[in-house]
Order: sequence, then C-alpha cells, then structure tokens
Amino acid sequence: MYAKDYRDLGTPAPGGARESVTLEIDGAIVTVPAGTSVMRAAALADHDIPKLCATDTLKAFGSCRVCLVEIEGRKGFPASCTTEVAPGMKVRTQSEALRSLRRGVLELYVSEHPMGSCSAECRCDLEKLAEEHGIAGSRYSNPHAARAQATPKPVDASNPYFRFDNDLCIVCSRCVRACEDTQGTFALTIEGRGLESRVSASQQEPFLESECVSCGACVEACPTGALLEKSVITAGLPQQAVTTTCAYCGVGCSLVAEITDGAVSRMVPNRNGRANQGHACVKGRFAYGYATHGDRVTKPLIRKRITDEWTQVSWDEAIAYAAGEFRRIQAKYGKDSIGGITSSRCTNEETFLVQKLVRAAFGTNNVDTCARVCHSPTGYGLKHTLGESAGTQEFVSVQHADVIMVIGASPTEAHPVFASQMKRRLRAGARLIVVDPRAIPLVKSPHVVADYHLRLLPGTNVAIINALAHVVVTEGLTKDDYVAERCERDSYEKWKRFVADPKNSPEAVEKISGVPAEAIRGAARLYARGPNGAIYYGLGVTEHSQGSTMVMGIANLAMATGNLGREGVGVSPLRGQNNVQGSCDMGSFPHEFSGYRHVSDDAVRAQFESMWNVPLSGEQGLRIPNMFEAALDGSFRGMYIQGEDLAQSDPNTAHVTAALSALECLVIQDIFHNETARFAHVFLPGSSFLEKDGTFTNAERRISRVRKVIEPLAGHADWEVTMMLSNALGYPMRYTHPSEIMDEIAALTPTFAGVSFEKLDQLGSIQWPCNDAAPAGTPTMHVGRFVRGKGKFFVTAYVPTNEKTSSRYPLLLTTGRVLTQYNVGAQTRRTANLAWHSEDRLEIHPHDAEARGIEHGDWVGVTSRAGDTVLRVEITEKVSPGVVYTTFHFPESGANLITTENSDWATNCPEYKVTAVQVVKVAQPAAWQLRRRAQEPAHSPSPLNPMPVD
Amino acid sequence: MDVERLVAMANDIANFFDAEPDRKAAVEGVRFHISRFWEARMRRAIIAHVAAGGAGLSPTARDAVALLEPP
Repeated sequence: MYAKDYRDLGTPAPGGARESVTLEIDGAIVTVPAGTSVMRAAALADHDIPKLCATDTLKAFGSCRVCLVEIEGRKGFPASCTTEVAPGMKVRTQSEALRSLRRGVLELYVSEHPMGSCSAECRCDLEKLAEEHGIAGSRYSNPHAARAQATPKPVDASNPYFRFDNDLCIVCSRCVRACEDTQGTFALTIEGRGLESRVSASQQEPFLESECVSCGACVEACPTGALLEKSVITAGLPQQAVTTTCAYCGVGCSLVAEITDGAVSRMVPNRNGRANQGHACVKGRFAYGYATHGDRVTKPLIRKRITDEWTQVSWDEAIAYAAGEFRRIQAKYGKDSIGGITSSRCTNEETFLVQKLVRAAFGTNNVDTCARVCHSPTGYGLKHTLGESAGTQEFVSVQHADVIMVIGASPTEAHPVFASQMKRRLRAGARLIVVDPRAIPLVKSPHVVADYHLRLLPGTNVAIINALAHVVVTEGLTKDDYVAERCERDSYEKWKRFVADPKNSPEAVEKISGVPAEAIRGAARLYARGPNGAIYYGLGVTEHSQGSTMVMGIANLAMATGNLGREGVGVSPLRGQNNVQGSCDMGSFPHEFSGYRHVSDDAVRAQFESMWNVPLSGEQGLRIPNMFEAALDGSFRGMYIQGEDLAQSDPNTAHVTAALSALECLVIQDIFHNETARFAHVFLPGSSFLEKDGTFTNAERRISRVRKVIEPLAGHADWEVTMMLSNALGYPMRYTHPSEIMDEIAALTPTFAGVSFEKLDQLGSIQWPCNDAAPAGTPTMHVGRFVRGKGKFFVTAYVPTNEKTSSRYPLLLTTGRVLTQYNVGAQTRRTANLAWHSEDRLEIHPHDAEARGIEHGDWVGVTSRAGDTVLRVEITEKVSPGVVYTTFHFPESGANLITTENSDWATNCPEYKVTAVQVVKVAQPAAWQLRRRAQEPAHSPSPLNPMPVD
Repeated sequence: MDVERLVAMANDIANFFDAEPDRKAAVEGVRFHISRFWEARMRRAIIAHVAAGGAGLSPTARDAVALLEPP
C-alpha cells in the first residue's frame, strides 16, 4: 500500500529527453513524451484506467488484463500498460465491451480473493475495483478452498514489521518485481502453478529466515492486504502525513511519516525523494520505534560527582547549573578549558548553534564533531586536491557510470538504498571493482558479480591506489588533455614520476597487499578505460593512519583519468551518519567556520564577529582526541556534548573514559542514557528527528527538510536547549524557528547563500553550492573547472601503519556494520531489528579458527595492546586468513576496548580498521560483560507496542 | 599535553611530507600543517620539546617545529 494520497500513474515515466507525442484519449487531446504508456498518458489526463499488476514504480508487466483499452484501427483490446503512445492514436478507456471484459477478469480474481477479505486499512485495490464494477461475489465454484488446501499456512508473521497472508494474494507479482527491480535482492519468487501459485520467500522459508532484507518495497507495492505492515493493522489508516528526512545513514532518504491518532503509524519513502528515488530500507522504513521507547530520558538530571545518583530537576535548574559550572571552570582554568561537540545526528541548524555557542559564548574554538572519527580525512583530502570538502556527484549519477569502483565500503549493508540504485546500474551492464579486505555482499550477489575483488591486507590502501595509478601512468591510460586543461602541471609531473617508480608497481605492491599484480593491472585498465569511471568509498578508506593520503590518492587517480566534472564519474564518499556532511559544513571543526574557512582568516572572522556581535578567537581549537589529552593533563575541564557517544564510539575506551572521568563538568544532551552519560554531571534530554524542524545534508550535499511530526517528548527541540544554555551563559540567542537559523547560515556561508526553508519547500531539496551562480543548487561539482581552480596532485607515499602483527598479536582486526543495526546501536538496539542482529560477532577464517581449536558459536577472547574483550565467533570465508572482523553496535561487545590511539596523520581520525589482535577460545564473556548484559533493559520492544514514556 | 603522543603525531605528519622530493618544501609542509591544525597548547608543548633536544622527532619534524612561531 502506497503512501496516503499517493497517485499511481501506472507505469514509470520514460527516461531521457524525448520528443513529444500527441494523441486522443476519450476525446481529450493529450501530449506526452514518446515512450510513455497509454496507461500513464491517460492517468496524466485524469482518465485513470483500472489496473492491478501495474504500478509506476515498476516496469510494465502486462499480466492482469484489467487495463485493456480500445485503440482505433487496432484489433482486439491491448493492455494499456504495455502499449506505448503513438502520434494521432485514438484511445477509448471506457466502453461497454471494456467494462464487460474487466468484469470478467475481476470476477476471476474475486473468486480467489472474496470480497470483504481485506479490512479497511488495506485500501485493497482489487476490492475497490470490483466494487466500482458492481461485483459483489464470484459465480465460479469455490477455488478459494482448493487454493487453501494447495497452499496451507497462509499467514507468515515471522517478520517483525509486516505479515504475508497468502489468502489475500492475487499473484500479481508486484512484490516479486519490487524485490528485483527496486531493491535488487531477488528474495521473492512465485512458486507453483494455477491455484497452487504463491509468493515464496527464498525456498518457501518464513520471511524472517529468508534472504529478504526487509526493505518493505514488496509491502508497499502490494495492491491488496496480502503484504501489510503490522503497525497499520494495529493503528488503522493514517489521518495525516508529514514529509521529512530519515535520521539514519548518509543516503538521507526522504520519507513520509503517516500519523494515526497523534502517533507515527507508518513510514513510507517519498516518491519524489531525489536521493532515495522512492525507496527505503529496514531501518528508515521500519525502525523508528526508538523515538518513543521507554528508555527515553525526558527530564533534566544533574549530579555533583559522577559517583552520585542523578537528581531530577527543572529545565531552568539544569541549565543554570551547567552554565554556572562552565563559567566557574573558565574563571579558574581559563577560557580554553572547556569545549563542545556537535552531532551528525542533529540538524544543520542545531549543529550551527552548538558551534556558535562554543565560539561566541564560550569564547574558544574548542569545538569538534563526530566526523572526526569517520570522514574528517575526506574533508582534508578533497579540499586539498579538488578544492571542496565534499563528494562530487548526486546519487543518480551512478546510472551513467560504466565502471564502478567501491573502496572500503559495503553499500548493501551501510547505505542500502543507494546500493539498490548501484545494483540496478550493475545489472544493466556496468562493471564492478571492489577494493576491500572482506568479501562484502556486493562481490557476489544475484545478477551482480565483481569483475575484480582486490582483497587487500588491512592497512595497505595507499599501496594499492599507488599501484593502480602506476598502471594508468606507465601504460599510457592517463587523460593528458584533460589534465593539461584542468590541473596544476608541476604537481602532475611530480606525481607521475612518483607513481611510475617500480616500487609502486603492482608486482611490488602484491608483496605488501597480498593482491595479485594481474588483478591490480586489470582493475586499473578497466577503471581508466571507463569511459565513465566512478569511485565510491567509505570508512575503509578514511579510518586509517593514512586516511587522508588515501583520499588524495583517489582524487589523484580520478583527475589523471579525467573522471571528474560530469555525470557518471566522480569521487563520492559514502557518509556514515545522516548529517555528517552537514555537521562539517556548519563549522563544527575547531579550525573552520561554516563553509570550511579557517578561523585565522581575518576577513571571514570579521563577518562572523559582525553578525554575532562578539570578538572571536583566530586560534584553532582542540580536536576530540586532543581534548582527551588536555583533560588528562588538567588543562581541559568541561564539555558540552550534543548527540554523540564518545565513550562507545571513540577508540581505546580505557583512554577515553579516563579523560571523561577527569572532567569537572560534562553536559550531555541525548535522547538516551548513553555510555558517555556515565561520566556526565548534567543530562539534558534531547529530541529525536521526529520532534523538530530543520535540515539534514546527505552524502551528495543534498539539503533536505526535517519536519516536526510529533511534539518533543521532553518539551524542547535540541536547538531550543542550546539557545537556553547560551542565554544562561550571557550570550543571547533569540531564534523563534530553525528557519531563522538557516537564514543566518545562508548570510554567513557562501555555499549556502541561496538556501532558505522557503526554497527548500519549493524545490524539495537543494544540493549546495546554492547561490546566485547556481540558484537551484549544484548536482555535479567541478564541471569545467575545479573549485580550487586547478586540480592539485599530491605525492602519496605508502607508509605502513605502526599497528603490525607479531607473534603476540598475529591477526588483524577490522570493523564494520550490518544492515539492520546502525552505528553504536543506540537507536536500532531499541527496535525489533534485534530479530536480525542481536549481538556483535567476530568473523574469523576457518583456517585461523581451526588452528585455535575454535568452533562456530564459541566465545573467544580478543586481545590487543590496548585492551581485551570477549565475542562470540562466526567462522566464515568472508574474511581472509589472518584477518578478523567485527561490528560495534552493542556496548557490551566492547569493540573499542581493543582499538588503539593510532590515527590519521592529517586529521586524527582513528585507525579503527587496523588493530593487531590475538584470538583465543574462552568459556564465557568477561565479568564486566556479564554484568552489563544483566543490567541492560530488554531492548526488544515491538514498534507496535513501544514502551510508555513517563 | 602528552609530549610522547605529540612527537608521534608530528612524525606521522613528517612521514607524509617526506615523500616530497624537495626537502625544504617537506619541512615547510609540516610547519604549515602544524600551524594550521594544532591548538596553541600543543604547539607550545612541541616547541618546548624541541628546545629541550627534540628526542624522538624525525629530522623533518624537528626542523619544522623549529620554524614554528610561538603561539
């Protein structure tokens, strides 16, 4: 069932620029692009044709025979969904003959799906059509009974979010086609024939146990109540709908929140969403129940010492206490003794306010953001080479790529909705190169097989990118004309000499990386010859000691092969959190104002001082890891952290918690008691994305509106709380709506100069830069010239990480995510997504497991030089011998107890992806983990029955 | 600040710029990077460390820190 008020035009619009065709439909003159179906043309002219198997999200199928029409001069009654318009065509959509034919077909359907089978909340298309055609029942014998005998157990309720009722299924195949075309998983099929036909998940398995990834595309496509959200069954039909933006990954899907009796009853993708193209995943579509989970903290809390119990206080008291403590600390230790952290889960407006509070009210530049630990090398690397700290493309650009290179990312797990778009292009013929130590699902999945999987040893990215460049340069595959026109000549020549050195040859790099030289050569040739080569990368690139070097290496390769500045090419970082791009854009780094301008730039600083009416420091502040060091040496004593869980997400937990414990005042603003709150003195209740207005900026620089769906549970949106704190500190903030904050951002940030809530409402979304030169935004960057003027090549020597295997720590641990959980799991652990992933496991190769006497499901101790933890084991060939892998979604897993303080040379982004470890079989989890598990509240509420909030 | 950590960070930066064939440019690259990204107390600490002999710093890092202006 589609979103409330969605109008289905029956078949998709034909792609590309096309000539117009004029025809006549029921006497009306209609002009549409060539290639449009008769069904779509009729719908556009408000002459809707009945349909069951057709929908405008899927290619026409032509099976139901309900959409028959008459066309002058043609024999018979063609199906309007599969018949294209033609000049001068005369179509009749209504006649007695057509009505009779449709009645006959509908009566057959009703024989299998009796009238009244579906309840009102299904908005069943079949029953609606049958009613319109005067059908109350079927004259045919009772095949329903025969069908029930042939396909027993009609209801599959195994999926926590939807159920399948075979008795209501009309076998139209819309679900199967949605799984194939929209999602690209191919988990569904039609099994059997005639009355025995039924939808089957995998090999007649329950949905939960099948290959189904629970994206919900099938549920949405179902024209009857056969596939239906359990939340709709419970809550009933929605009464309102609000368009907003998903708060999970960096794809930034546009979603429609449907509301029943004041609560969200369903989330469906916005068909007009430019990022997600009408699709969603198991997290965005279904895992919103955390927002009303009983664990939500809705009252402010304070305590003098972190060993004290919390005391519930009023907002005024909590704010006054926090402000008083910050001023006390500054008076005693100096103004630079405190700082703040902005959140990539909060809106642009909230992030902008936090960094403004730190710079203007605290009077220091000690502000940083969680991008420090994920994509800060992206900002550094792309800024220095291309001139802008952001990806170069929009997602739809992938449909024009000929060769797709995925480096250190697993889009099907971490960016699933974009992965579906990518897989669609791959099924259409694009070639695929995967550079990853692990056999990510994209390497081999239905109808997608990577041409090359460069399965490198963790920590050897830069060696590989240099080897790819070596092949390109030494085999004459560079685009010298492009480079001559658009790049700095001297830097190019120097770079060419560097990469051409035999030490960067695939044969030399094979010894370092473990990747066969021929595979490197083949991949390099494939990418360079494109003609359109597109690179997508993730945290497997950035979270290394050479993260920034690798980003520059990628940019070097793209420039040298002419793969920047048009559709189908580019360098695209797949951002982890929903608003990582935005939080960076908003001036969250200690050295930059919004728009990536250094604080030491007097002219820029003067603009901010004038607008904010306060002198500002021109001296860059502390980064997060530097704050920890300063806390341990006693020169940093207070922190305000909005929506970030440093104690769980940052590496070397023992080091982090020691630093947090040393603070005299830690103020946390969050929706849950996270790990960091254990060290806090003030807890300010946060608001979820459903409870506020604002904007998020996704990985393609797309700014989208976040709209308030329900009132803030704690009474205030996050931006209001920051404002209260600022006012209490004596620096007045007087915004009445986030749109006013965006107006200030636009006034101070050249790349946002043309952005306003009004324009966002008009256009739906905007990709920055948006200014006088590009009033509707900029889908593709660096067209014609690079933002920095001439593109600059950097020499990117491979420097091995200090984190090396040894006899004591012989394995390399790397980390990542699973589809159903998100980041540190604070949100998804509080949803029914636990049905798929309820604990983090350690993946280990069979050879390494056998050598240690480890069997599948055993508990193993994982020890590094930083610490140790215990995880359950999964034996798999997804990892290579010598490499182990885990996720970090559960605090009791303690993944960051093991990771080290190693970090990227340029940005201090932690080296999460390489940790030398030993793995040994143990009897049970560590004592602290057992205690932790016992303390954890039951994290398995159904979103249908969220625990009540105080 | 933990000077040992600052030394490691400075050496990591120098490792990147050491790929630059022109040593003067490499030293300038390290100096510029530290001056743009390190907070004042970090710069003060590493400058003091060099003044005390600069133990553990690579030659490029040491030369670059020597060129830093005191905050």
